[in-house]
Amino acid sequence: MSARAAPEASNTSVRRDTPAVEVAHLTKEFRRRDRRAGRFARRKMPALKDVTFTIERGECVAILGQNGSGKSTLVRLLSTLLINDGGEARIFGHDAFHEARAIRELVNRVSVEASFFKKMSASENLSYAARFYGMPPSQTRHMIPEILEKVGFPADRRREAMENLSRGMQQKVALARALLTSPVLLLLDEPTTGLDPRSKLEVQEFIRDVRATHDATILLCTHDMAEAEALADRVGLLDRGELLFLEPVADVKERYGVTTLEEAFFAATGRVFEEEHDEDDEYREVFA
Amino acid sequence: MTTGGAAATLRQELIGLGGIVERNVYLVKRYILWDLAFMVWTIANTLTIVFIARAVHLPPARENELATKLLVGAVIWAFLGIIFEFVTETVAWERWEGTIEYTFMAPLSRSTHLFGQGAFAVLYGLVRATILFFVVAAFIGIHMPNANFAAALALLAIASISFMGIGMMASVLPLISPEKGAQLGFVAQGMMLAVSGVYYPVSVMPGWMQAIAKISPATYALRGDRAAIVSGAGIAWADVWPLLLIAVAAIPLGLVIFRRGERYAKQHGKLKRSG
Repeated sequence: MSARAAPEASNTSVRRDTPAVEVAHLTKEFRRRDRRAGRFARRKMPALKDVTFTIERGECVAILGQNGSGKSTLVRLLSTLLINDGGEARIFGHDAFHEARAIRELVNRVSVEASFFKKMSASENLSYAARFYGMPPSQTRHMIPEILEKVGFPADRRREAMENLSRGMQQKVALARALLTSPVLLLLDEPTTGLDPRSKLEVQEFIRDVRATHDATILLCTHDMAEAEALADRVGLLDRGELLFLEPVADVKERYGVTTLEEAFFAATGRVFEEEHDEDDEYREVFA
Repeated sequence: MTTGGAAATLRQELIGLGGIVERNVYLVKRYILWDLAFMVWTIANTLTIVFIARAVHLPPARENELATKLLVGAVIWAFLGIIFEFVTETVAWERWEGTIEYTFMAPLSRSTHLFGQGAFAVLYGLVRATILFFVVAAFIGIHMPNANFAAALALLAIASISFMGIGMMASVLPLISPEKGAQLGFVAQGMMLAVSGVYYPVSVMPGWMQAIAKISPATYALRGDRAAIVSGAGIAWADVWPLLLIAVAAIPLGLVIFRRGERYAKQHGKLKRSG
C-alpha cells in the first residue's frame, strides 16, 4: 500500500468536515410482473424503505440481513449503480445521485462474486481495472505485485488465468482490485460468502489490516453475524428493506435483553435468521 | 474546472481509453484460436457470395468486376459485423463476465468507455477485413490492376466513425433487454446493409429504400470502396462529406441513447442481471 499516497492526501474531493456516509430516507423500488393481476400487470416491490443512517469517517459498520433484505441494493445505490426513488445519499458530502464522478473516485467495492475476465490473469485484470482510475502502466507495474503479495496471493500464479484459481484466490484478487485504487470508502458486499473457513479468516484478517493501515471507512454487508460482530464498530439490521437498528453490538444486545445477534434478530423481527424467506424476498434478491 | 483539473481529467480519460484497448488486446491473445476459427467461417461465408460471380457466365472482365464488387460488399459486411460485435458487447460481454458493475462504477466517462471499445473494434476490424479481402481475392483469382487500396482503406476508416456512432446506439440494446438485446445488434447491422446496396446497386431498390440509403454510412463506404478497388478512384468528396455529416450526428446521438439506456438500467436494476 506504500506505493500510493494516503487517500486523504491524494484525494482532494474528500471533505473532512462531513461524515463518510449520510443516508436519509433512502427508498428504492423495483417493478415485477404480477401474472395474478393480468398478463402485462406489474407491481412495485420495495427493496429499501425510508432508510436513514450515518457512518463517520474511519468507522467500520456492518449491515446484517438475510438474502433479499436490501443489502446489495444499498451497496449499489452508494456505488452509483442504481438510481434512487426517494431520499438521498451523500458520500463525503457528495450527492451520490448527482455527483457520480466524484463518488466513483472515492468508492470501491468487493462483492460476493469475484467478477473478472476469466481468461485474463490476475495481473491483467488488475491492470485493466487500474487504468479506469487513471493509473498508468508505470504506476501499476510495481503496485500490482506489491498489493497481490499483501493479500497473500502467490507470486507464481499472477499470470495464470482467473478461471484456474480457487474462489478464495479470486476473492483475494477482488480485494486487491478494490484496494489498488485507495478508496476512502470501501463497500464490502458479502466478501466472505462461499469461502472455505481458512480463506474466510484470511479475508477477515485483511479487512482488519486495511482498517489499521489505511484511512478507509468500511461498510460491510453480510449475513454472517459472527463476522459482523468481529469486524464492525456498529451493526445494523436490514430486514425486508427496513433498517431496524444500527448500534454497537453491546447496545443491540442490551436493547433486546439478549446475548447473541441471532436472538436480537428474532426479537426484532419475530423470525429466525436463517428461516426460509418468501417469494418477494427472492425477487428482491434477483434484482438486488 | 481549473485548467490543471481539466488536464488531470483528460489524462485520466486517456489512460482509461488505453486500458480498454489493453484489455481487448489481452482478450484477443487469449481467444486467438477461436478468432482463427471465426476467420475461417468468415472466409467460407465470403466465398459463397463471391462464387456467384462465376455462376452467371459473364465475359471474363465483367465476371472479374462483379466478383470484386461482391467481395467489397462481403468484406464491408464482415467489417461492420466486427465493429457492431465489439461495441454491442461493451455491455453484453461484461455482463456475461460479471465485470459490468465494476466498469460502470469506475470514474471513466461513458464516451471514453465507448470510444475505447470502438477504436479497438475499428483497428481489429481493419486487420481482419484486410486479411479476408486478400485471402478471398487470391482464392477466387480476382485481378485488381487499377485498385487504389490506400483510398479504399482511408474511406473505410472515415466510415468507421459513423459505424461507431450507430454501434453505440445498438450497444444500448443489451442494457434494455439482457436476454435478446445483443442479437438485435445484428438486426441493425443487417438492415443497414440491406438498404445500402451491399451486393447490388442502390438503384435496384424501391424508392423508399433508396431514400433510407441516403442516410446510411454504408452506402457511401460501399460506393467509394468499389470505385477505389475496381476503377482505382481516389477519395471522392461526394462520399466523404455525407460520411462526416452522418458521423457528426451519429456519435452524439449514440452517446445520448446509451446514457438514456444506462439510466433506464440503473432505475430498473437491469445492469447486473444476466440474461
